[in-house]
Amino acid sequence: MATQHSRSAARFMMAPSVVLLLIWMLVPLGLTLWFSFMDYRPQRGTFDCCVGFENYARFVTSSSFQDAVITTLIMVGGILAITVIGGIFLALLLDQPFWGQGVARILVIAPFFVMPTVSALVWKNLIMNPDNGLLAYLWRFFGADPVVWLTDYALFSIVVIVSWMWLPFATLILLTSIQSLDSERLEAAEMDGAGAVARFWYMILPHLARAITIVILIETIFLLAIFAEIFVTTGGAFGTQNLTYLIYQRVIESQNIGLGSAGGIIAVILANIVAIFLMRIVGKNLDA
Amino acid sequence: MGRITLNKVTKRFGDVEVIPPLDLEIEDGEFVVFVGPSGCGKSTLLRLIAGLEDVSSGRIDIDGSDATSVPPAKRGLAMVFQSYALYPHMSVRKNIAFPMKMAGVPQDEQARRIEGAAKALNLTDYLDRRPGQLSGGQRQRVAIGRAIVREPAAFLFDEPLSNLDAALRVGMRLEISELHKRLATTMVYVTHDQVEAMTMADKIVVLRAGNIEQVGSPLELYRTPRNLFVAGFIGSPRMNLIEGPEAARHEAHTIGVRPEHIAVSGTEGTWKGRIGVSEHLGSDTFFHVHDTGLAETLTVRAGGEVDLHHGDTVYLTPEADKIHRFDRKGLRIA
Ligand SMILES: Nc1ncnc2c1ncn2[C@@H]1O[C@H](COP(=O)(O)OP(=O)(O)O)[C@@H](O)[C@H]1O
Ligand SMILES: [Mg+2]
Repeated sequence: MATQHSRSAARFMMAPSVVLLLIWMLVPLGLTLWFSFMDYRPQRGTFDCCVGFENYARFVTSSSFQDAVITTLIMVGGILAITVIGGIFLALLLDQPFWGQGVARILVIAPFFVMPTVSALVWKNLIMNPDNGLLAYLWRFFGADPVVWLTDYALFSIVVIVSWMWLPFATLILLTSIQSLDSERLEAAEMDGAGAVARFWYMILPHLARAITIVILIETIFLLAIFAEIFVTTGGAFGTQNLTYLIYQRVIESQNIGLGSAGGIIAVILANIVAIFLMRIVGKNLDA
Repeated sequence: MGRITLNKVTKRFGDVEVIPPLDLEIEDGEFVVFVGPSGCGKSTLLRLIAGLEDVSSGRIDIDGSDATSVPPAKRGLAMVFQSYALYPHMSVRKNIAFPMKMAGVPQDEQARRIEGAAKALNLTDYLDRRPGQLSGGQRQRVAIGRAIVREPAAFLFDEPLSNLDAALRVGMRLEISELHKRLATTMVYVTHDQVEAMTMADKIVVLRAGNIEQVGSPLELYRTPRNLFVAGFIGSPRMNLIEGPEAARHEAHTIGVRPEHIAVSGTEGTWKGRIGVSEHLGSDTFFHVHDTGLAETLTVRAGGEVDLHHGDTVYLTPEADKIHRFDRKGLRIA
């Protein structure tokens, strides 16, 4: 798109899809925004316009909001830490030549294709179940009392379940990045006296910086909206209620659409703040 | 010190023997050039010396002690790669400092050596830039600077000039030669370009398919190529090779005459032919002569301003004592 002419032509061609996307996006957003300023409780037949910022005030000041924000932060942070660190480790491992490398790579990617609901059910019923889950057998084998994972360590368990699903994604992106590292550069570092650890620290990690930011950016956007895993496993109990789940709970369980919509708008604003923040980091990284 | 001795060194990748048993002596302070066509194992040989590849068998001595299983960093050699292999996320200063940082050289000593190298290589103004902001020639100099500050026993260069344009290449060639004169450190230099080999080397090692075809000074190889391969590889334009009755007349299977050892005349001479393409370089003119009955084409050198043209009949006279004779196996007949 070099010339003035081709640029305006491109804009003209893109217009229909941009308009369609805008409508697609703006209509629900507008509706949510509208509802958030109303006292809208369908079961009681209340549909009163314009209560101002009352819904927002109620949503933000409720104690569950603060808890949900903290839970969300711990959840996103924990999963990011596990997937990025684990992803780097796995990517380094998969980059080594070994027998059955191709199969191993496919197996590592496999969890990413499992639907969140299914994987959460598998973890809940086959692995973490305190009566006949895999871990329960393991614990009993060593003579210990099985842990009731989804009750006693509920948040940790959900972090583990979701990390399991996102680890392949991080691994895949980091692996491609590692593979794009010029081997002569590593050899030069080796000749310059850098041992394995120094090579990782001074060569591989800086090379991965960009891929890591991209992984964090993309994962954060999705992880802020974790829902199915919580719904299927704990139903938001035992301190696993994140922002998304709180909104769902307000709308469906309390049947308060106004309050839920206000929560939704707050979530959109928070997600955008995070996204802008991350975009700037990535942007800086991409410039360098 | 930088004396390197290869003793029956071989290298196999799987079943493929890239380097058959090979002996080589590199003296301290020597500028040795490995030259040969692409894929003949020059890089592999250099990487064996560097320690980046393990030898399949044989022994490598550096300064008299066995270095065969010494890791690359401990061999005291510095390498300049074809791709330069600079660290793109570090400034030029940090690039040059990296080997010293790894070796734990004190800060002030590091600064002193960086300054020295930067001055010698005209990099002083670029020390705080990233490699991505430098031109090809400057990157090359950074790579050399990174090698110099280690004060290695020997430098290893793998086709360091092949990514530069022709003018820059000539300049860098001179700079590396001057560097060698100044430091008097052993340098092992790999190239596929025989001009680089001829102009820079104290000693040239001609390789073909991992075999050493001949070792000698540039003029030795030029005057007395040991076989047809070396005869054809060293010298530009290539030596003319003639088989058949004319060779038999000299009691050889093949004879070779360099273009610069054939006199060109419009009136009389030993061989007669017709001029095809002529290349005017100003100082010299190269004629491609056809229809001699000796070979498809003979290349001959004439003065810069001879009055001969496409289609003209010419007479060629080889200098009798500059005719190289080779037997049926392609070996030189003394
Ligand atoms: N890592 C490797 N694995 C298998 N074959 C290799 C490897 N490195 C080089 N070779 C082979 O060894 C031969 C010599 O390669 P190289 O030393 O790079 O040649 P040159 O530098 O003279 O062009 C080539 O035929 C190449 O295919
Ligand atoms: Mg090579």
